[in-house]
Amino acid sequence: MPSRTGSRSPAGLVKSLPERGLLLLMVLVLLEGTVLTLGAASSPDINHQENLGNDQEANKVTNHTKKAFPVLSLDYHHIQTPFEISLWVLLASLMKLGFHLIPRLSGIVPESCLLIVVGLLVGGLIKLAGENVPPVLDSRLFFLCLLPPIILDAGYFLPIRPFMENLGTILMFAVVGTLWNAFFIGGLLYAVCQIQPANPSDLHTLELLPCLLFGSIISAVDPVAVLAVFEEIHINELLHILVFGESLLNDAVTVVLYHLFEEYAGVGTVTVMDGFLGVISFLVVALGGVLVGAIYGILAAFTSRFTSHTRVIEPLFVFVYSYMAYLSAEMFHLSGIMALIACGAVMRPYVEANISHKSHTTIKYFLKMWSSVSETLIFIFLGVATVDGPHSWNWTFVTVTVILCLVARVIGVVGLTYIINKFRIVKLTTKDQFIVAYGGLRGAIAFSLGFLLDKDQFPMRKMFLTAIITVIFFTVFVQGMTIKPLVELLAVKKKQEAKRSINEEIHTQFLDHLLTGIEDICGHYGHHHWKDKLNRFNKKYVKKCLIAGERSKEPQLIAFYHKMEMKQAIELVESGGGVKLPSAVPSTVSMQNIQPKKIPPAKSVERALPQLPKGREEEIRKILRSNLQKTRQRLRSYNRHTLVVDPYEDGLGDLLLKKQKMIELEKKIKEMSNYLTVPAAPPDSPTMCRARLASDPQAYSVKPANDSVPTIQVDLASPQSPDSVNVMDEFRRANQEEEDQGLMMRPPHGQSGPNKSGEADGTRDQQKLMRCLSDPGPSADEEEDEPFLP
Amino acid sequence: MGASQTRSENQYQDLMDKTGFSLEQIKNLHKRFQQLSGNEDTISRENLETIPALANNPIRKQIIEAFFDKRNQHQNEVGSLEEIGFEQFLMVMSHFRPPTLKTTEEEREAMRKEKLRFLFNMHDTDNDGTITLVEYRKVVEELLSKSGAIGQEAAKAIADAAMLEVASTNVPHMEPDDFYEGITFEHFEQILKGLEMETRMHIRFLDVDTTTMRCGKSTS
Repeated sequence: MPSRTGSRSPAGLVKSLPERGLLLLMVLVLLEGTVLTLGAASSPDINHQENLGNDQEANKVTNHTKKAFPVLSLDYHHIQTPFEISLWVLLASLMKLGFHLIPRLSGIVPESCLLIVVGLLVGGLIKLAGENVPPVLDSRLFFLCLLPPIILDAGYFLPIRPFMENLGTILMFAVVGTLWNAFFIGGLLYAVCQIQPANPSDLHTLELLPCLLFGSIISAVDPVAVLAVFEEIHINELLHILVFGESLLNDAVTVVLYHLFEEYAGVGTVTVMDGFLGVISFLVVALGGVLVGAIYGILAAFTSRFTSHTRVIEPLFVFVYSYMAYLSAEMFHLSGIMALIACGAVMRPYVEANISHKSHTTIKYFLKMWSSVSETLIFIFLGVATVDGPHSWNWTFVTVTVILCLVARVIGVVGLTYIINKFRIVKLTTKDQFIVAYGGLRGAIAFSLGFLLDKDQFPMRKMFLTAIITVIFFTVFVQGMTIKPLVELLAVKKKQEAKRSINEEIHTQFLDHLLTGIEDICGHYGHHHWKDKLNRFNKKYVKKCLIAGERSKEPQLIAFYHKMEMKQAIELVESGGGVKLPSAVPSTVSMQNIQPKKIPPAKSVERALPQLPKGREEEIRKILRSNLQKTRQRLRSYNRHTLVVDPYEDGLGDLLLKKQKMIELEKKIKEMSNYLTVPAAPPDSPTMCRARLASDPQAYSVKPANDSVPTIQVDLASPQSPDSVNVMDEFRRANQEEEDQGLMMRPPHGQSGPNKSGEADGTRDQQKLMRCLSDPGPSADEEEDEPFLP
Repeated sequence: MGASQTRSENQYQDLMDKTGFSLEQIKNLHKRFQQLSGNEDTISRENLETIPALANNPIRKQIIEAFFDKRNQHQNEVGSLEEIGFEQFLMVMSHFRPPTLKTTEEEREAMRKEKLRFLFNMHDTDNDGTITLVEYRKVVEELLSKSGAIGQEAAKAIADAAMLEVASTNVPHMEPDDFYEGITFEHFEQILKGLEMETRMHIRFLDVDTTTMRCGKSTS
């Protein structure tokens, strides 16, 4: 997952120590101010009511005495709630800012730990100020406001291909692993609670079912914590998707177990029938959640098909549909997390094909922003809630819980991997198993679920909460802090940063087809076969419905290529055209180096190369240069309602048109030069005219440095390219007429073919560009290169 | 009957050693071979072309051709065959074996080379040891062949861009007059090293190496 903090080196920002100190001081002062205001604000409304009551009475008594008109008055209660919320968000963001100004600290300690500490501090300060700590980690607030952005961010940018490839493994860990954890922990806790018959303690009152309930709450790996920690260690894709996928998919199991045990904890017994119903419920919850998400995803995709005239609100559809999917799933007690993931994953390929580039950037940034703030707030609130209590510390219970969690996780992972490895091609090594086991972090979801417990039904609720918090602290602090050095120590494979190249894309596709073909020859309907069928179904029916216009028919390879082209065009324009594009491997190779040379024919006659009249060449150069400059200098006017008519984009459209005209011009030249050829050219030489390469955007973008039309220059200047004399248009190869014509000028005909395609290209290009750029965003992001449909 | 069984078992042993398949896998593949060939001893191109599921595959010609390519038989011969026997069929299939936990690092490396060689042979149709621009263009065109006219226009551009990328990665500094002949096998390995071929290019069916995992789907 790309780093959500997106931190660049702050070196330039705050260099000296006193400046840093000043900033920290400012932050602390703000903190103090925040705390005091919150403390004051959170005093119960009783005071307010009293005051109001008093005021009313006072008014009744004194309404005939006139008071001076209040010029300035303070009415905090009017804006109390939004103000507090904003203050918390501001606090969270400033904390985030602060941490990244201290690079050494953020390198050693993961952000989540620091944020919890901040939360503890804030909670402590509030308590010291004598006020009541606001109940910040209220379950409703958590589940309805704080959790969805994080999950949506994860689901929308979920790398589908590795997820699907490892789905079996992930499901095993998520379902079987969580079940194992829950029962192991719950059962053993109950056993431990019962084993001290000599000294009767509170623990003896703990029944089996509450224990199992506690086990199911504490057993689930938390996606927020996993994301927060794993994001910073840049582990390889496989391990990341395994742990992360598990944390997402175990929500269904948790929901079912939680409701099952909560329901029957009062009664005291669970029958086999209930267990059976539980299994059915699990299927309903999981599949129902996915179905709800998929439906909303398709709706969103369908809606995005029609948004070409109202680009401004495109991101809104994505967010609202996803949130509604979450809420709808929660309404039926289905798995909201799975609904969100399904919604995001389903809608993404289609929505991205429909929306403009700017909307795509907007969606990305908003999701990152919200999920980042959410995560920060969750950890701070965790700290605050810890201070708040209520606590009931019981050494036995807490320590046994922590130990059991670790042990259960390790046994679970090792046992499951043994089974899973029988079915996997890429087996999981011991190192992998260790990381998976170690990465099983618990987080705020467990706490919120514990908070939701009814006080009356569960008298041990306080003890549960204390234990949950201890486990969370342990996993986040101890495991979170040590996982990075352990990863280094064990030399676990890290994430490959390389961008996806066109060759890899071609061969990925090729491999897919090859393997499908081999499977068909073997007569084996393996998963390549079904994947191929799904892809074909998708191409034939679904894409037509959900993607607007031309793009519904675009094959994936071409889509990928166009994306690359677009990026390079953007880079070209941004750099003003005068600078050579920095490429991954600085190379001097260009199109001409790979075009096959023809062996000079035996009878080659010296011919005067058709020269482009100097004036023409100069004209073309001037046009291109001025266009590039104009594009830079144009005012970037902002109009909320008419994004499409942005003059910046127009400039590029013009540029493309000019390029197109230039291509046509060269074609004309080339066709003219055709008739100056020697008839002895072998007919089957596929020599491509170098001038034609102007139609390849690659050629255009790779050599901007010469500030001229590279192709024409090369063609005419190099004396050792006799084949430029024998240019043969591939399109005209079929017509053998031009041979033996000698020196003849014919009016260029048959241009409709190349020109039509050229114009179609032009308009399509223009359409494409109309949808893109002013903020290309971070260019090295891996999501940019994700193919639409894996 | 007994004599022919032991004879076939000896044969199988021989094949097992050569290709690395297990007895179970060879038997399954043999059944399939019989199906495809109509109980003959050899398969010809027509037998493979009649498989209905292959009809939708854009690169079916190349796949079928790969079976009849002598270069994939590991006997240092070139050219193509008209018909292939079971042993040749197995040799081609052995390219799709996955690595196991017991495979050493060197064996993995060798496996990767072998699979890449298979792919290379599929692209290099005239067997001159390099994939020229024309051949690469053909590859991309075939890939996009099911996508109609849009595919054909873009295929050239894509192939050119890809070739350019190979050239820039492998031979960073070329004079304007130098000519990049084509993708050699070393360059091919270089550009595809990110794909981890030894784990991606395999058929799950051939992963069956425990007798309990009887794939009923194998004969269909």
